[in-house]
Amino acid sequence: MAEKTVYSEPLVKTGLRQALLAPVRLAMGLVDIPMRGWQKLTGLNGMAGVFLAPNMLIFTVFVLLPLVINFLYSTTSGSAIFLPNRTYVGADQYRILFDCGSYLDPSTCAADTFWAAVRNTAVFVVFQVTVMLIAALATALILNRELSNRGFWRAVFFFPVLLSPVVVGLIWKWILQREGLLNYALSPFGFEPFSWLSDRFWAFFFAVFVSVWAHMGFYALILLAGLQAIPRDLYEAAAMDSARPTRIFRRITLPLLMPNLIVVLVLALIRAVQIFDEVFVLTGGGPGTSTMYITQYIYETGFASSLRNPGLASAASILMGIVLVILTLVQLGVSSRNEKKGARQ
Amino acid sequence: MSAVSAFLLRRRGRGWHWTDVVTWIWLISGVFLMFGPAVWLVFSSFKTPAALAEFPPSFLPYVTEQAVVPGYDKPLPLYNVAMPDGSTRVLAEVRRIGIIGQMVDPKQPGEIVKANIKDRTPVRQVEFAGGNYTEPFQRFDCFLFLRNSVFVTVVATAITLLVNSMAAFALSKYQFPGRTAVMLMILATLMVPLSVIVVPLYSVIGTLNLFDSLWGVILPTVATPTGVFLLRQYMLTIPDELLDAARMDKASEWQIYWRIILPLSAPALAVLAIFSVVWRWNDFLWPLIVLSRKELYTLQVGLNVYAGELNVQWHYILAMTVVSMIPVVLIFVFLQRFITTGIAGSGLK
Repeated sequence: MAEKTVYSEPLVKTGLRQALLAPVRLAMGLVDIPMRGWQKLTGLNGMAGVFLAPNMLIFTVFVLLPLVINFLYSTTSGSAIFLPNRTYVGADQYRILFDCGSYLDPSTCAADTFWAAVRNTAVFVVFQVTVMLIAALATALILNRELSNRGFWRAVFFFPVLLSPVVVGLIWKWILQREGLLNYALSPFGFEPFSWLSDRFWAFFFAVFVSVWAHMGFYALILLAGLQAIPRDLYEAAAMDSARPTRIFRRITLPLLMPNLIVVLVLALIRAVQIFDEVFVLTGGGPGTSTMYITQYIYETGFASSLRNPGLASAASILMGIVLVILTLVQLGVSSRNEKKGARQ
Repeated sequence: MSAVSAFLLRRRGRGWHWTDVVTWIWLISGVFLMFGPAVWLVFSSFKTPAALAEFPPSFLPYVTEQAVVPGYDKPLPLYNVAMPDGSTRVLAEVRRIGIIGQMVDPKQPGEIVKANIKDRTPVRQVEFAGGNYTEPFQRFDCFLFLRNSVFVTVVATAITLLVNSMAAFALSKYQFPGRTAVMLMILATLMVPLSVIVVPLYSVIGTLNLFDSLWGVILPTVATPTGVFLLRQYMLTIPDELLDAARMDKASEWQIYWRIILPLSAPALAVLAIFSVVWRWNDFLWPLIVLSRKELYTLQVGLNVYAGELNVQWHYILAMTVVSMIPVVLIFVFLQRFITTGIAGSGLK
């Protein structure tokens, strides 16, 4: 049997593995019968379509088609879900969104919660991304030092990344409540118990804090990979010249880490614009609308509110999509430039 | 102790530098800040409602000891009471009026002793309230939530692996017109988040009659561009000669796919499988939208709804939160190295 020679060594050789794979083998073998027939008809390259078809079908129906329908939706009004039942209104939904006395004051807008959400998101993005970058960079620099048990420390900071946003939201909601751990920890310093999430400033503060807590490890890891790619001899040379750590950081680490930093910056920006789950569970958007961000606006306008308006939600999501496309293009541009740079080196 | 301090203070080089101080402050506060909340959550999930409402909170789950006293229907809580003569007695509280507790000695139930509540402390013992874990499964729909979550995660991951590996195979090993176009399209949508297409996706699901169906949760997530991209990059490194050799031996293209390409891509498939399990298990917004019947809720949606409805029942919510963390923590413990290199290498999530 020639095929035997090309088999890879199984990762785990156990009876369990064989037992689990048996039905898969049988199914794959059965699929082979019609596949052989098809291959006779179309030849080798015709099979490419067969392999691509399931993915493309799902992709088209659940990603591409909705992207197109989104534009159609945003030109209609009413609360009906089925597109033919909706009335065409042209650019009215966009007109409603942009109908503002002053863009700086959301309360003068027709869609006032939309602009409140936009403003909240903008402020959130600026603060969250700044804090995220500083925290991730500091963590990566520290994890890159010569530590014993580096795997353990890496795990400490990475662990929250895998928690679900609901769990993250619930943990902190519970720590921050009036009878929560934070108030207890502060009580020896003479602080009165306080409902942290019912105060506008502190709700915002903890929205930033909790989202950084949950995702920082992911960015720290990307930066750590970048730091480890910096050649050791550069640092050895700097040590020979007995350069100060701050100077080594400014002259060697920062410039060589810049490509990774930019990738992290853009990824963090994209994700901060889309923030929803953690903050929604943590504060529910409150108090008032002070921590309501744009994704929550889309969700509530489209689905949750009693006067649901999918057209308006679509228009808002298209505006959000435009911002995200711009950020994505920046990212693609940066990463392709990095690849070219890498090729030259 | 010396081993601990040796571990903490060990460093290469001469003496302490301010960067070492910063490093250790960062690392140690990191342990408290990152692990602390989760550890606190796990311990607290074993507390009774009374212990949870207690302020100041204690780290371990304590319960107040109770005693059955003749003449009283219910068991009474026990207190250590400091008596005016300086001695301490263990008394059971009958009722409380203002700041005065009416206590009885369990051994002499006839005589009522009045004591200021300032002078008494509850007799407590550590006890883990397992009921927090079992009762939600008996009294509420948590077993259904768990089953739905497992179904969504397992099925979605299986389909993701199959469909994405097939597409990646076509995109890495065949020359056909439109290959670049398909690849570009997949790359372009890599960053389209669910929140942008959530309204039309809802109508697509409605047209396909998948409302209130777990398939409506599963299908939109399975053709993930990240998966195709990751697998394709890996399959490009498999030499074409292997495929040609198999073709010489009259293997069909389908056989080549599942008997050569799939086993050789096992490491990449494993990374994608881990990602897929974590993503699907943690999904929140989309299940929240598609599922409106309670018996179809996934654990994450159920948890959030319960946190809203049963505002005071933190003991159940915390226990169910711990349950929903279990698979992710298991994955993390066993595959930590795999995950971290996978993420750092691909730069994707």
